Amino acid sequence: MPKLKLEDLARIREDTRRQTFLREGAGRVKITVHLGTCGIAAGGRKIMEAVLRELEERDLHDVLITSSGCAGLCSREPMITVEVTGEAPVKYVELTEGKVKEIFAGHVVSGGIVDRYALVVGSERVH
Amino acid sequence: MAYRVHCMVCAGTGCVSNKSLEVRDALEKEVRKRGLEDEVQVVTTGCNGFCGVGPLMVVQPDGIFYQALGAKEIPHLVEEHFLKGRPVKKLMYTPPEAPAPVPKMSDIAFFSRQRLVALRNRGLIDPEKIDDYIARDGYRAAAKALFEMTPEQIIEEIKLAGLRGRGGAGFTTGVKWERVRRTPEEPKYIICNGDEGDPGAFMDRSIFESDPHSVIEGMLIGARAIGARHGVFYIRNEYPLALERIQIAITQAREYGLLGENILDSGLDFDVSVTRGAGAFVCGEETALIASVEGRLGDPRARPPYPAEYGLWGKPTCINNVETWANVSPIISNGARWYAEIGTERSKGTKVFSLVGKINNTGLVEVPMGITLRELIYDIGGGIPGGKKFKAVQTGGPSGGCIPAGMMDQPIEHRTGDRKHTVADYLAMPIDYESLTDLGSMMGSGGMVVMDEDTCMVDVARYFVAFTQDESCGACTPCREGTKLMLDILTKITDGHGTMDDLRALEEIAWIVKQTSLCGLGKTAPNPVLTTLKYFKDEYIAHIEAHKCPAHVCRELNTYRIDPVVCVERGHGCGVCKRECPEKAIFGEKNQPHRIDAALCGKCGVCVDVCHFDAVIVE
Repeated sequence: MPKLKLEDLARIREDTRRQTFLREGAGRVKITVHLGTCGIAAGGRKIMEAVLRELEERDLHDVLITSSGCAGLCSREPMITVEVTGEAPVKYVELTEGKVKEIFAGHVVSGGIVDRYALVVGSERVH
Repeated sequence: MAYRVHCMVCAGTGCVSNKSLEVRDALEKEVRKRGLEDEVQVVTTGCNGFCGVGPLMVVQPDGIFYQALGAKEIPHLVEEHFLKGRPVKKLMYTPPEAPAPVPKMSDIAFFSRQRLVALRNRGLIDPEKIDDYIARDGYRAAAKALFEMTPEQIIEEIKLAGLRGRGGAGFTTGVKWERVRRTPEEPKYIICNGDEGDPGAFMDRSIFESDPHSVIEGMLIGARAIGARHGVFYIRNEYPLALERIQIAITQAREYGLLGENILDSGLDFDVSVTRGAGAFVCGEETALIASVEGRLGDPRARPPYPAEYGLWGKPTCINNVETWANVSPIISNGARWYAEIGTERSKGTKVFSLVGKINNTGLVEVPMGITLRELIYDIGGGIPGGKKFKAVQTGGPSGGCIPAGMMDQPIEHRTGDRKHTVADYLAMPIDYESLTDLGSMMGSGGMVVMDEDTCMVDVARYFVAFTQDESCGACTPCREGTKLMLDILTKITDGHGTMDDLRALEEIAWIVKQTSLCGLGKTAPNPVLTTLKYFKDEYIAHIEAHKCPAHVCRELNTYRIDPVVCVERGHGCGVCKRECPEKAIFGEKNQPHRIDAALCGKCGVCVDVCHFDAVIVE
């Protein structure tokens, strides 16, 4: 390992931060993949893989991926919820890998809701 | 592919001893088995702080906090949480008296009320990876200190911040640095005092284990400010994990050129070495520590000259505690003003405390100076287990004292200025260097031993004096003889043979030892005696005059009897006590009340422990 210069320190910081920023629990966008039994049966795992692949290909480092259980709308699975910080979460239904690509281009990167796949804006209230 | 989940598994000494490494291995195995190894990363971190509920793990980015984990729970956890997205409730933490578990770490009061400066990276990095530290802005402050600040500016910044030594007496760090810098002699040395010896204290160990680079970086900045080219870590050998992690960190820092010659091309040369302490308590005292580093017997010497003028190898030396060093780089990064806004008028910043004893949330916490005992013990510590009453807290280890609370109905007469303090005042008292000293205790390194109504304060004083008596190096007469005399008297009292004359002698000897001992060990050793005499004299008197230990701790003073009604009606004269009694002092037949023959009773208390029906009464 060669001795570091000042600029190397900054480079290591940026590179490692991309891998570790999610430990701090704050990202620009949070994507929840619904992975209840219904979601998995409908192909949720494939959707999860597609989401992770998109992150990789687009080199995105401010998106948090999480998973949740059944959302109660089993007939419309696979589903994901996309939440841009400060905006209402959007639920997308009946997804395919192709649709995930479009949602990334339209919503995650560009910030516009992809209406044709969206079920609803906002989340149900929990009492 | 990037990971979507980071499992931050605690591998501090507490969790490791509860088999957290087995949990980690099980986790890695199960993640592979489920084909999630590209999605879920398992990270081994240093101490998370909530040691009482370990082994524990935090799942990021959701911040889900799992506690009391075992390897056998892992397959279910991986399937439910990582595969199906359903965090497992039964493995979460439920606060005392709360109706349901709290999933998120940030919602748990133990964490949410802390303010992390020295422990800023705990649980967020793998302490064995320097890149993890750098990603959290590590060595950025050092770069600033090397390239953008003069040594004088660094010292000025530390002075303005109001940082005071976190190891005990609370001397102003910047002033100490300046003194060493201005002493003309060369070379100069800096030392990190990691000789943490107080029973129940583990602040330093935890910092080494969770974030070793924070200490190295603090020393690097100190070296630049003071003009030192060599630093020494003094760490006790009982801390194998801390030693291992600091060694790894030093090796990595050297490989990156952050230690060694011409650091970051700045022209600064600085390197460190590690000295292992053999575990003598007195070596936490700076002159004894220096003797030990030099390879001599760890005996303290009279000061002045102070180490700032005449230290290691007779050269100007700056000694600071581990936590003090860990505070340096946030001050340089964020500025003195930022730091000085935390805390009280005279005590700035935060303090790390280890909360131990009779408290629900055992662990390590970092809080702003000036927090009240009530917040610390009830809000963060979760109060006293089993609904018992809070009686006292012992701060500062064997050098500190007991601060009373709870049990007493009388206002305690203690004057600072013109007003009297009451029990409520003590709980509401802001904790800083001065308020603790006013009460006869001290900050020390930050150990907080919480005691409930079942604690005998005479026994506590005896315990701590036994500790210091054992650790006294014997160099000066007051400490060598005085601690022995105090221990003899305290033992006599707890055995029930004390007299009121003994009590007067105890107090007199305590003052003599305090005023005439050579070093800090002897000067502070009487504090547990003096504070318990001041606030709990009635307990001493009960031992002496009534031959009773109010907390039923001192067994020689206890009498045991069996409640005949409870014994028959609830226990049907089961006879377990009779069978277990080593002195054969219990008599009775099945379905009949049993009784203890006081003349034969050895006062061991086994009958109390074995009775399922609480029929044995201790008086």
